[in-house]
Amino acid sequence: MSERTIVTEYLARVEGEGGMRVRIDGDRVADVQLQIYEPPRFFEAFLRGRRFTEAPDITARICGICPVAYQMSSVAAMERICGVEVGGQLRALRRLLYCGEWIESHALHVFMLHAPDFLGYESAIELAQHDAALVARALELKKTGNRVMTVVGGREVHPINVRVGGWYRTPTKRELRELRDPLQRALEESLAAVRLTAGFDFPDYDRDYELVALREPGEYPIDAGRIVSSEGIDIDVSEYEQWFEEEHVPWSNALHSHVIGRGSYLCGPLARFALSFDRLSPVAREAAAEAGLTAAERNPFRSIVVRCVELVEACHEALRLIDAYEEPDAPAVEVEPRAGVGHGCTEAPRGILWHRYAIDGDGTILEAKIVPPTSQNQRAIEEDLRGVVERSLQVPDDRLALLCEQTIRNYDPCISCATHFLKLEVERS
Amino acid sequence: MTKPTLAVWKFASCDGCQLSLLDCEDELLAVAGEVEIAYFLEARRATAEGPYDVSLVEGSVTTEHDAARIREVREQSKTLITIGACATAGGIQALKNYGDLDAFTAAVYASPQYISSLATSTPISAHVPVDYELRGCPISKRQLLEVLTAFLHGRKPTIPSTSVCTECKARGTVCVTVAKGIPCLGPVTHAGCGGLCPAYTRGCFGCFGPMESPNAAALEARLKTLGSDDAAIERLFRTFNVAAFDEVRAK
Repeated sequence: MSERTIVTEYLARVEGEGGMRVRIDGDRVADVQLQIYEPPRFFEAFLRGRRFTEAPDITARICGICPVAYQMSSVAAMERICGVEVGGQLRALRRLLYCGEWIESHALHVFMLHAPDFLGYESAIELAQHDAALVARALELKKTGNRVMTVVGGREVHPINVRVGGWYRTPTKRELRELRDPLQRALEESLAAVRLTAGFDFPDYDRDYELVALREPGEYPIDAGRIVSSEGIDIDVSEYEQWFEEEHVPWSNALHSHVIGRGSYLCGPLARFALSFDRLSPVAREAAAEAGLTAAERNPFRSIVVRCVELVEACHEALRLIDAYEEPDAPAVEVEPRAGVGHGCTEAPRGILWHRYAIDGDGTILEAKIVPPTSQNQRAIEEDLRGVVERSLQVPDDRLALLCEQTIRNYDPCISCATHFLKLEVERS
Repeated sequence: MTKPTLAVWKFASCDGCQLSLLDCEDELLAVAGEVEIAYFLEARRATAEGPYDVSLVEGSVTTEHDAARIREVREQSKTLITIGACATAGGIQALKNYGDLDAFTAAVYASPQYISSLATSTPISAHVPVDYELRGCPISKRQLLEVLTAFLHGRKPTIPSTSVCTECKARGTVCVTVAKGIPCLGPVTHAGCGGLCPAYTRGCFGCFGPMESPNAAALEARLKTLGSDDAAIERLFRTFNVAAFDEVRAK
């Protein structure tokens, strides 16, 4: 076989930039690397010495796509250390803000970044030239998520209203009521999105992943829960490091995670959906059933449909929270610092985001550790690339490159959380 | 007439400022109709060769490779506009300029020998000439549209260079420092957010960096009378625009 090299210079339509290299030796995939060159930004280092109350605003800057996830995991950890419970409407508002981020982020990924692969366009910009109405409706859906974030959090990127203990100002009932109509329309739009994406043509591929997500009683996991897996893990978030570890590989500036003694795992929509199918609202569950999805779904390409089911869930949940809202007496509970170590884990749109902090009795941060979902998924992404390429060796190089990119996009990788500057190379010898 | 070309570039950053362009949901398709989006990896796979009429640059320079890359971007761009605190001031990662890089790397990575990074995070203007700097962490999408529109029509952008205080007055927000004694960077911070934090009963924490000719010394004295100690004042100034605030405070 003559030697062939395929180069796609940069992987597009992911959040941030990074690279991938697949080496094919005859009919064998010799090596797969998801290369992550994101210049390190050293957040864990400069969190040291800051006040515990600064963590939500500082860690939000790790990612402009999912700042709420960083804010929520950090406040959860700090409140645990200080022995404070933020419940009732203060917690409900956090969940509502998080629903806004899920809607914004999922709508962005489904329509702007991922759907063009299935519809045969290079971008949503090109898609808009053929179906402007579809793109306009998708933008409207995304905008509704941003509106929720603006009303509850102050602004859509790096909200300013979240603090350890609660909020700076809680919204009025009237402010939230004004979100009802757009959310109702967004719910309808999300149901349409489930139907649309369910009709896409999916590569025939599935794998027996270890799925990892939060799970909690009575609710779809967003802002809290125990860490569970399809292989029987069921732990408090503080026990994470006894089960999972990170390693540093030379081709990535993001640390690789794995289950100790087992290997790769997958977090994100597919994992949440499989592990908390019974926690979905009836409307989301019916939409999933109509789309032919069950808790046994393991085709990563169908994660786009699952993301749409989660759009339905987030819109429905936001409406429920708004209808049940009563203005709290105080915007926050008092939090006095106390020395200790604490953990927070919440469901970022693309999977679990785990934080650990140590603070002293004055509230100074002594140590911080942050494990974003994309670094947890790196190994699973590489294994999928290997699996997809092995099944598609007869596919011509340019189409194979596209298929590889699509495989990476299944994970909605947030490369700003984990990467920068992705180079796609397929080498054949 | 051919449409002007727009390119969007990312350096060390969180992606939030280029996301602000995609967050212009009501205007995005109109923008895409007015310009040819020639290079914007977050949004499209197709890329067109330069030169570009307008380049938007997000992020700071933290590696040798990026220091070379920004020079190439400059050569390819008729107009270069930096967007956000990372690109205009080095961002929060500029905190490493004051620390020991080896200690920082060891704090995060188990195998620091794999990590290649400059000792500093510097703004784009430290490397190449910049035609316009749009501030904010994140930028205001309203200001982004104004700057884009202005450059595409060959006029000067109308972006106020006053402080956040003027925005609170315009918004009718009661001053949180005067009324509640809350420490606030509003008097020295560049306008652009719309006076957001004080409207949420919170002091400004400087997302937009220093305004033109700020009187930082006077504010620091005021913060002390409110009970802030030196360490608290340092923390307040030293976040997303640490390098820019340090510069004006040293004057």
